[in-house]
Amino acid sequence: MMKDNIDHPQPQYQKTKGYWHAVLRQLKNEPLAIISAGILLVLIIAALFAPWLAPADPFKASMLKRLMPIGSPGNLLGTDELGRDMLTRLMYGGRLSLIMGIVPVFSAFCIGTTLGLIAGYLGGRVNMVIMRILDIFYAFPSVLLAVAISGALGPGLSNSLIALTLVFVPQIVRVAESVTTQVRQLDYIEAARMSGSSNLSIIRVHILANVLGPVFVYATGLLSVSMILASGLSFLGLGVKPPEPEWGLMLNTLRSAIYNKPYIAALPGGFIFITSIAFNLLADGIRSAMDIKK
Amino acid sequence: MMEHTNTFLNSEDRGGPAQPLLLVKDLKKYFPVRNGLFSREKKFVHAVDNVSFSVAKGKTLGIVGESGCGKSTTAKLIARLINPDSGKMVFDGDGVVEYGGIALKDFRKNLQMVFQDSFASLNPRLTIEQTIAYGPTVHGVSKLDASKQAKDLLERVGLEPEQFANRYPHELSGGQRQRVNIARALAYQPRLIILDEAVAALDKSVQAQVLNLLQELKRERQLTYLFISHDLHVVHYMSDEVMVMYLGQVVEKGPVDLIFNNPAHPYTKALLSAIPSMDPGKKTLKPPLEGDPPNPINPPSGCRFQDRCPVVKELCRNATPELKGVGDTSDHIVACHLAEERHI
Amino acid sequence: MSRPLLQVTDLRVEFTGQRKAQALNGVSFEVAAGEVLTLLGESGSGKSVTLRTLLRLHPEKNTKISGQITVDGHDVLSMSSKQLNQYRGRTTSMIFQEPGLAFDPVYTIGQQITEALLTHEQLDANEAKSRALQILERVQIPQARRRMDSYPHELSGGMRQRAMIALALVCKPKLLLADEPTTALDASVQIQILLLLRELQKETGMSVIFVTHDIGAAVEVSDRIAVMYAGRIVEAGTVGDIVSNPRHPYTKGLLASIVSHENKGTPLVTIAGSPPDLAHLPPGCSFAPRCVRAQIKCLQKQPEFETVASTSYACWNPEQ
Repeated sequence: MMKDNIDHPQPQYQKTKGYWHAVLRQLKNEPLAIISAGILLVLIIAALFAPWLAPADPFKASMLKRLMPIGSPGNLLGTDELGRDMLTRLMYGGRLSLIMGIVPVFSAFCIGTTLGLIAGYLGGRVNMVIMRILDIFYAFPSVLLAVAISGALGPGLSNSLIALTLVFVPQIVRVAESVTTQVRQLDYIEAARMSGSSNLSIIRVHILANVLGPVFVYATGLLSVSMILASGLSFLGLGVKPPEPEWGLMLNTLRSAIYNKPYIAALPGGFIFITSIAFNLLADGIRSAMDIKK
Repeated sequence: MMEHTNTFLNSEDRGGPAQPLLLVKDLKKYFPVRNGLFSREKKFVHAVDNVSFSVAKGKTLGIVGESGCGKSTTAKLIARLINPDSGKMVFDGDGVVEYGGIALKDFRKNLQMVFQDSFASLNPRLTIEQTIAYGPTVHGVSKLDASKQAKDLLERVGLEPEQFANRYPHELSGGQRQRVNIARALAYQPRLIILDEAVAALDKSVQAQVLNLLQELKRERQLTYLFISHDLHVVHYMSDEVMVMYLGQVVEKGPVDLIFNNPAHPYTKALLSAIPSMDPGKKTLKPPLEGDPPNPINPPSGCRFQDRCPVVKELCRNATPELKGVGDTSDHIVACHLAEERHI
Repeated sequence: MSRPLLQVTDLRVEFTGQRKAQALNGVSFEVAAGEVLTLLGESGSGKSVTLRTLLRLHPEKNTKISGQITVDGHDVLSMSSKQLNQYRGRTTSMIFQEPGLAFDPVYTIGQQITEALLTHEQLDANEAKSRALQILERVQIPQARRRMDSYPHELSGGMRQRAMIALALVCKPKLLLADEPTTALDASVQIQILLLLRELQKETGMSVIFVTHDIGAAVEVSDRIAVMYAGRIVEAGTVGDIVSNPRHPYTKGLLASIVSHENKGTPLVTIAGSPPDLAHLPPGCSFAPRCVRAQIKCLQKQPEFETVASTSYACWNPEQ
């Protein structure tokens, strides 16, 4: 047998490790994303190790030490309206706020991708039923929907998480279904169907990997929205209850202090702001890194 | 268990040499045209309309025709990627349309397809080796064996396994990708391979390499090919028999040299003379066909070629011509009322 | 008949962005007024890049261009944006492989052709409209008056291609660039379009540069052929000379690998190997690694372009 294609020694073919490795490598060129990732890392570590790192007890109130200004000895970021150390409460508060940001998006990602894959792959009636039901939810603005579901379920951490998950599922299903429908028409899916393998196997091996990318990008953009919605719910009394530290709740209880100690009152809001922006910039960076690869 | 050494085990030849490998009878596929929820009139695209033909074992049947003629739909019907509205398909003596479930899965090993778009045919997230090995694993071959098989096939199609097995599709050129697609099809050890415009998107020099490879493989592995193409030169070179389709129907079929040298159907004649001339002294003066190939939505009654046929008669508008033998041979068949008169 | 309409001298184009490549490596050629030249080559040969450079279509940012392009006396590479706007569509026009590309899907073709006219010529709306109708009839679109009000997606492939030709010719350019205009068409339509182009060219006297990888199409339409490989012209001559007496081994290989039924049963002649990576061109002749006639000199030094009789080629060891 004659090998009639002499391949040129292709110089510089790095052994390709795979898609995600390439994306990570590309991420190095996104300075904003790296900074954001750094900030998030600090916040997450602070929140995670709060019991060991925090200077004080988040629940220990002291009527004598109410509303101490920022930079007071022993209370780096001042104290709140009940005399509790702000720095500690912010660190502990980060735990709940981050959980309420990440968990709903993660759950919605899992549920939404599955539904989207099914709807996109099977098409026809199944697709119609799933998408039209979701359209009902999609018709409501997120905030309204979150408040409505939360109100119906009642206050509390788990109820808020459920409410937020339900708000995000329709959006993620939309993206997943759309990508699945596109991918499904490509020739390599036809080739996979010609292998005789089951639908489930085709979805798992061929479609999933190609859908995860775009859905992941969309979901990371939702992280900041989730955090803000969660804080909003707590602010409205529908999420966590006092004396639990949570940034949104802290904004509510510190409302009264806004005239005498505006900086302290603004602190939780500032942290929400910084975390949201960090999530957004990181998501943008990942999206860019994935684009260039294509 | 499939072997991965040099003995090319096809699934057994059950029907014997005289039995055609593939026999297709009265295949029909209409697609509804969506005219909105409230429209009364139902329009259909007559994509494939009563198509019948057979392919002998170890031969290549070329299928030619322009856009809208139904050749790609026919390929998909045979590949069971879509299901026909009616008609029969017999593969080596076994009726195949009725297959479903396990029987269909088993049947899939016999018949594979290579598509036109070499890039869209490959999953961008899988390495070349994973893509080729996927098929055998579906049919029970162990991952290790399938891997070894994939590497052997890469070698056979002319791509060094050390260099190519771990690469991704976007790192390969069009010709290399098409070789991968061929290797992927071979991994099932099929008996029939459908080549749907498989070389159309390749540069001419690369095309020649791939065509040579296909011919070698056909001899080595006793393969049968269904070669769909719009490029008449290539079809003439590759095929033993050729079938001409127009608007969802077969208009002519026969041994390739016979058809190319002595076409009976006016459409075939026009197609053949539409090939650009390679002789600068003899440039084409007039296009043989005017207008665009029509859309197969609600085709006219009578012969479908009536609107563009240079020798159309009243009869052609009233009665649909049937496929009849030309002269005394039954090898060469044509669907034209005027063929008999003009030929002998 | 003095100076040529188009003169390209030592054109070099390098892409420095994400995908680096030396797309053109010293391309020089001329086109006389009323002449049809085909740039023949495969993917990566640089033929499309040449056309796009003639219209300065590449983004400024990641493209390095050097050399000279003179069209009808104007220096294209040093034109300002304002001059370019006058130049594009008026002096030089282009048609593409995908007819959909030239048209905006939200406007009718009548509107778009009229707009092109109004941009370049001083006409009132009615005159423009009747000129547009005229050109649509000239490109043999049946029922042109009705088609003026059609949207691009309502036309079939062949119709769209004719409409695109109409759009390109309505301002009577002196030079038409055709980038594989028939590759995506069915054979019966392809020959119609090729003949139409030939007719229009004879009628208007414009020059045409036709890019293709299909030798048959080139023979039908052109007077001269220039064969390109890895960003250089390797051979140029009249259609007859190139087809019957190619001097460069690549041209010969290209012609030999044309599929013909005469070889039925025997393997096709192929050119071994594959085209080079444009980011890492080998020293010496770019074709040498694949050439059956290569000598030591070919691997070391790039051959110069010389003219013998009416053919020109760049080869140290040409066919005889």
